[in-house]
Amino acid sequence: MDLVQLQRQFVDYKTSLYHEGFLDEQFTQLQELQDENNPDFVVEVVSLFFEDSERLLNELARALEQQNIDYKRIDAHVHQLKGSSSSIGAQRVQKVCIAFRNYCEEQNVEGCLKCLQQVRHEYSLVKTKLESLFQVRLPCRREIFFLSKKVLP
Amino acid sequence: MKSQLSNHLTKKGGQGYYLTLHRMLSCGGGSGHCSKDMAVELGDEPHVLVVDDSLIDRKLVERLLKNSSCKVTTAENALRAVEYLRLGNDTLEGTVSEVNMIITDYCMPGMTGYELLKKIKESSVLKEVPVVIMSSENIPTRISQCLEEGAKMFMLKPLKRSDVKQLKWHLMKCRN
Repeated sequence: MDLVQLQRQFVDYKTSLYHEGFLDEQFTQLQELQDENNPDFVVEVVSLFFEDSERLLNELARALEQQNIDYKRIDAHVHQLKGSSSSIGAQRVQKVCIAFRNYCEEQNVEGCLKCLQQVRHEYSLVKTKLESLFQVRLPCRREIFFLSKKVLP
Repeated sequence: MKSQLSNHLTKKGGQGYYLTLHRMLSCGGGSGHCSKDMAVELGDEPHVLVVDDSLIDRKLVERLLKNSSCKVTTAENALRAVEYLRLGNDTLEGTVSEVNMIITDYCMPGMTGYELLKKIKESSVLKEVPVVIMSSENIPTRISQCLEEGAKMFMLKPLKRSDVKQLKWHLMKCRN
């Protein structure tokens, strides 16, 4: 597969992520912040998002297992997750967080559990897609050799 | 202190409009001008202190500002910011390498951005430093509360390049 084809595949894949609502305009803003002086900015920020989200999802699961559910605490975690997903443009995750916070306010445990499941799902989807995206990004000379051996999504 | 309340309706990402109310202080006369201690030579990079408990947001705002030729210091909570600025310590206040603007998140554990704003405005040395409040939530009462307390601007997160352009404009205005 040559470089032009790789480039096209990258663009097509990225476009589909926007169309399907996985990413929004904020992700574009992130990319525009990247330049020759900060070539890994997007990957760095997205990696932080992954770390942060995994921590929060674990905290949320734990909090919802408690006998006496602390909805304030849950809301605080969801607020953080909503914030970070919004900051990187992970639109679908952000949307679930909004619903999640409403259930917290209502102290609706069923609703919260449902949302936790949903947000976990959306998170794992966007994570997989972003990871694929970074694999398909324009490679430097070194990587072209390895990439051509891989099966690209 | 002369002030003009100016309403701006700005389109945000095609998902509707948000209202940014900001008070433009006329710099140059009375208590509205920037104090001598805060005056920076024209052409120097403005120094901005960014306060936010979210590492992702700190990184984002830092990059936005650095791309706009600003020098940036970050603080992970209001307490760190207070320590850095040496607020409350009369002899040391304002001795930190001149901060030309403070941008702070509203919702932070411990001291909120609003409480930090109040502390800054209580300081005789630092009260002239423009403070911008950021929040992920568009709550009108919150916005007016911050503006009443003397915040220069209130901005919705996540910040964009156009937001930083506005900030720089205010910074430049304050210098002249």
